[in-house]
Amino acid sequence: MSEDIIAALKENVIQGRKTIADEGIDEALSGKPGVVELTQSALDNNIPLETIIAQGLTAGMQVVGEKFATKEYFIPDMLASAEAVGAAMEILKPLLEASNIETKGKFVIATVKGDIHDIGKNIVAILLKGAGYEVDDLGVDVPTEKIVEVVRESKPQFLGLSALLTTTMLVMKEVVEALKKSGIRDKVKVLIGGAAVSDEYAREIGADAYCTDGFHAINVLDAFQKSGVQ
Amino acid sequence: MPREGILVRTPYERITDEQVQQIHHASMEILKDPGLISFNKEAAEIFHSNGADVTTVSSGNNPCWLVRIPEELVLSAVDSANKTVKLGARNLENILIMKGDEPRVFFITGSETNTWLDVDFQTYVRKSEPATEIRVPEFHPRRGTVADLCKSAHVCEHLQTVDGYIRTVNIQDKDITEDNKDVNKFFASLNNTTKHVMSGLTSLKQLDNVVRMAELIVGGKEQLKENPIISFITCLVKSPLQFVEDTTDTFIEVCRRGLPVVVSSSPQAGTSAPIKEAGIMAQINAEVLAGITLSQLVNKGTPVLYGSVPVRARMDTLGDSYGSVETSQYNIDCVQMARFYKIPNYSTSGVCDAKVPGQQSSIERLFSDLVVTLSGPQFLHCAYGLLDCNAIFCLLQAVLDDAHFQMIKFFLKPALIGEKEIAETLKQIREVVATPQKMYIRHIRSVMRSGEISSPYPFEGDLANDNVFALAYERMNELLAKPVEHIDSVTTSKIFQEIPGLLPRLNVYEERR
Repeated sequence: MSEDIIAALKENVIQGRKTIADEGIDEALSGKPGVVELTQSALDNNIPLETIIAQGLTAGMQVVGEKFATKEYFIPDMLASAEAVGAAMEILKPLLEASNIETKGKFVIATVKGDIHDIGKNIVAILLKGAGYEVDDLGVDVPTEKIVEVVRESKPQFLGLSALLTTTMLVMKEVVEALKKSGIRDKVKVLIGGAAVSDEYAREIGADAYCTDGFHAINVLDAFQKSGVQ
Repeated sequence: MPREGILVRTPYERITDEQVQQIHHASMEILKDPGLISFNKEAAEIFHSNGADVTTVSSGNNPCWLVRIPEELVLSAVDSANKTVKLGARNLENILIMKGDEPRVFFITGSETNTWLDVDFQTYVRKSEPATEIRVPEFHPRRGTVADLCKSAHVCEHLQTVDGYIRTVNIQDKDITEDNKDVNKFFASLNNTTKHVMSGLTSLKQLDNVVRMAELIVGGKEQLKENPIISFITCLVKSPLQFVEDTTDTFIEVCRRGLPVVVSSSPQAGTSAPIKEAGIMAQINAEVLAGITLSQLVNKGTPVLYGSVPVRARMDTLGDSYGSVETSQYNIDCVQMARFYKIPNYSTSGVCDAKVPGQQSSIERLFSDLVVTLSGPQFLHCAYGLLDCNAIFCLLQAVLDDAHFQMIKFFLKPALIGEKEIAETLKQIREVVATPQKMYIRHIRSVMRSGEISSPYPFEGDLANDNVFALAYERMNELLAKPVEHIDSVTTSKIFQEIPGLLPRLNVYEERR
């Protein structure tokens, strides 16, 4: 029974089926429980959290990654799977906190003040959630003061700033300066992304990294993890 | 099931109905006065015995006759010409059905070039940075051979968008003569593609051998009539307004055998036709109608295609300029004229002025391929791989052309907008707008897998590198390595026994021993 649930969970991650209402790729799964229902079912059957995460969610995402690398899957597939895993993590979050199992880290993300573009930011948020990060998405047009306040209060290891426009990219510099003024710049790694910015701009404003897309962001964060940033 | 081609639901029309009528009437005038000079005696006699006004112009060493064709004779021929032409194929799924009043386009290769362009890649080192190497394609022209023709047919068999095959290269091997060229070019083509094969004839003496070869492949005379796996193209009219002696002989004999034939005329605006659009159109239409009239007088019901290869002259050399915009305009006008007569049209696009694959060739051919396709010709001789007008064939270019025909075919798919789609989409919009992230990405997936999303350009480079040629070259070699369905060994053996002049090296079964 437990093995069946975990196998189904893994398969539904691969299929990117968040809930029973999703169509996925394999039509045979239509109308059957998705990742959300199967995660709840796994908990109801007392399957250990580690098993749900390692053998269901992570194992499924690994297959998705392989399919993406061989171009069998495209970004919409990857996002659907990541979104499904993110939804499962939301269900598991209180239990993870209670059992002292740590996530890969806390990531606050926002589109800076004056900019309302959020497609790229949303994709990054979904992918990071799917990769096991705890993501707090502050939305678009977020005032610098609000970003600083959240960093001070919730103490994330990582802050992601997004801007599409050449005019609003300048606000990223303001955020970095404001973090410095508040004395918390060294408490958080600042990652920037968006069509207008670059690696060079990240260095210029004192950010820690520039990410070309969500996949790059995962690699950058994983590299930070390996170098001991927590 | 025959091949589907691509139906152009709302064909682009360049000229108005009134202009079509004006061209038609001008052509009728031209056929009466000045009429055509016929260097072919039999054609002159056929016209004369059917009521045309024929007078001897010269009776010396180079005899010729002036043929004035009355309108009623032309209209009667247009009336009796088949409005639907079937072009058969070894593989019945590759049969082409062309209806004169239906703008369903089939993409076909050709024409015959003398030069084959080989491609190889050289590696260069950057002077300022010796660690940086780049691969650059180099093109090497040489005379075409029968082995090249086999390779070309082989690759075209596998190119998705190619619906039929016209030989792309003139075979100039040392053991090819005027007497064996036709049988070898037809056999090399038929043996390497299961699609329809069209060609011109080098020697009328070879016509019966070629027809017999086709009969052996399909199983007999009647079977060939039912499934005409071969057809012919003849330029019986030389512009302006002259029936040529030898090609008209060929044309008459093909008509007598009832096989499909293209009446092709290729005037050049500025030299062999007036430079103005009205002039070249009135003349080419008259020339094609004269050929169609002859076909019906020889053998009523001969399946005939209205063949148009008009071109504008280059102003610098007075050579052909297939890459000029006007050339596409003339072709579209011809498509409309053929549709007016409800006779299937053989039209031309994709022939470019560029001499090697590159930006110029891509721009010229994609432009004409797109606009002429949009006008809805039935048989689009769209010159896969042709360069330098009609002089060079490059297999790599043919592979590149296939990619942009895939784009054109996708573009012409009907719009999926209807009550069901609108209802589904409204539901989707309401659902997505209610979510915090407001993204439709989840709904891409089923559409992506249903074939409703166009494929990316198959030869896309990575980051800043343009690898189009290298990737197309890889694709070309993949297709060459993929087997083709040759004519079976028993039939091949019969063909080699009965048909004289075939080169033994073309017998794949003997070669394998």
